[in-house]
Amino acid sequence: MSQRADFAAGVRDSLPTLPANAPFGFVVGAAAVQAGFSGVQIVAMSATVFGGASQLAAIDLLASDAPLVVVALTAVVVNLRYTMYSAAIAPHFRRLSERWRLVCAQFLLDTTFAIAVTEYERDEDTDRLAYYLGIAAAIYVTYVGGTVAGVVFGDRVPDGLQLDFAVPLLFLALLAPSVSDEPTAVAAAVGGFVAVAAVGAPMNVGVVIAGLAGVTAAVLADGAGVGQ
Amino acid sequence: MSLWLVVAAAAAGTYALRVSFIALFGRLDDVPPRVERVLSYVPPAVLAALVLPELVLSDGALAVSLGNDRLLAGAIAAVVAWRTEDMLATVVVGMAALYALSLVP
Repeated sequence: MSQRADFAAGVRDSLPTLPANAPFGFVVGAAAVQAGFSGVQIVAMSATVFGGASQLAAIDLLASDAPLVVVALTAVVVNLRYTMYSAAIAPHFRRLSERWRLVCAQFLLDTTFAIAVTEYERDEDTDRLAYYLGIAAAIYVTYVGGTVAGVVFGDRVPDGLQLDFAVPLLFLALLAPSVSDEPTAVAAAVGGFVAVAAVGAPMNVGVVIAGLAGVTAAVLADGAGVGQ
Repeated sequence: MSLWLVVAAAAAGTYALRVSFIALFGRLDDVPPRVERVLSYVPPAVLAALVLPELVLSDGALAVSLGNDRLLAGAIAAVVAWRTEDMLATVVVGMAALYALSLVP
């Protein structure tokens, strides 16, 4: 297939995620303005951080007056999972130039990773770069565009629509395939419960602690041979 | 001004995570399996930490009851998520369940 066709295939394969991605960006834009970000700041954040979960966590903390260091740290910890995606997709990028690899890294998140690796494993001949850029372009434009719309129209959406609920639902959809064996189930259970228990923790370090606790518990469970 | 610093720090930190192994690859023959395994625990831990409080807490207090629409809608969406692993279906069913439950007095 030509590069152009593979780019188009990337765009097409990302379409099913867009109805969840656009409101995600929208919720980020709307919530950020309420929390005290300027419109330009939050659009810049969506364009550079490009990670809705971490942005919402940061916005939440900012709204509850957490120290700015904790706000930034939490945003980074929520994105720790990208390290795993980076490791898993790296072999597929081995034939790309150094420069393109650095570009591709910026667009690595749950959905681009999941869609790209599925296709790479399905078809060896798919152009790695063109296909990836197709997915990235569709999701990036939708997400950043959604943020702009959230900044502009956020205060005109009736609260009854409860659009913010689309966000935990999206994570739920990503959580399901990430739980594949006993240790990952332990990671999810401990991470979830510690996060609930740590609500109201000093300086809002709940998500940071929960993430580390979940990973630690999974390592211990793995070492103890749970499920083996 | 300080908010710009938050944006810059979060962006730089996040990019470092994203580029980590992609940049290392080539210098490193392969990702050590042990590292890969530990990394695979990060998504379930962090994603669950983000989801569960949204479902079981209401205004910062534990709300595990049939009166908690978000918990019920989330539970229904969870079944769809595990059965189908389909993002769109999960979000659509979850939102529809939330709307339906809010109509129940």
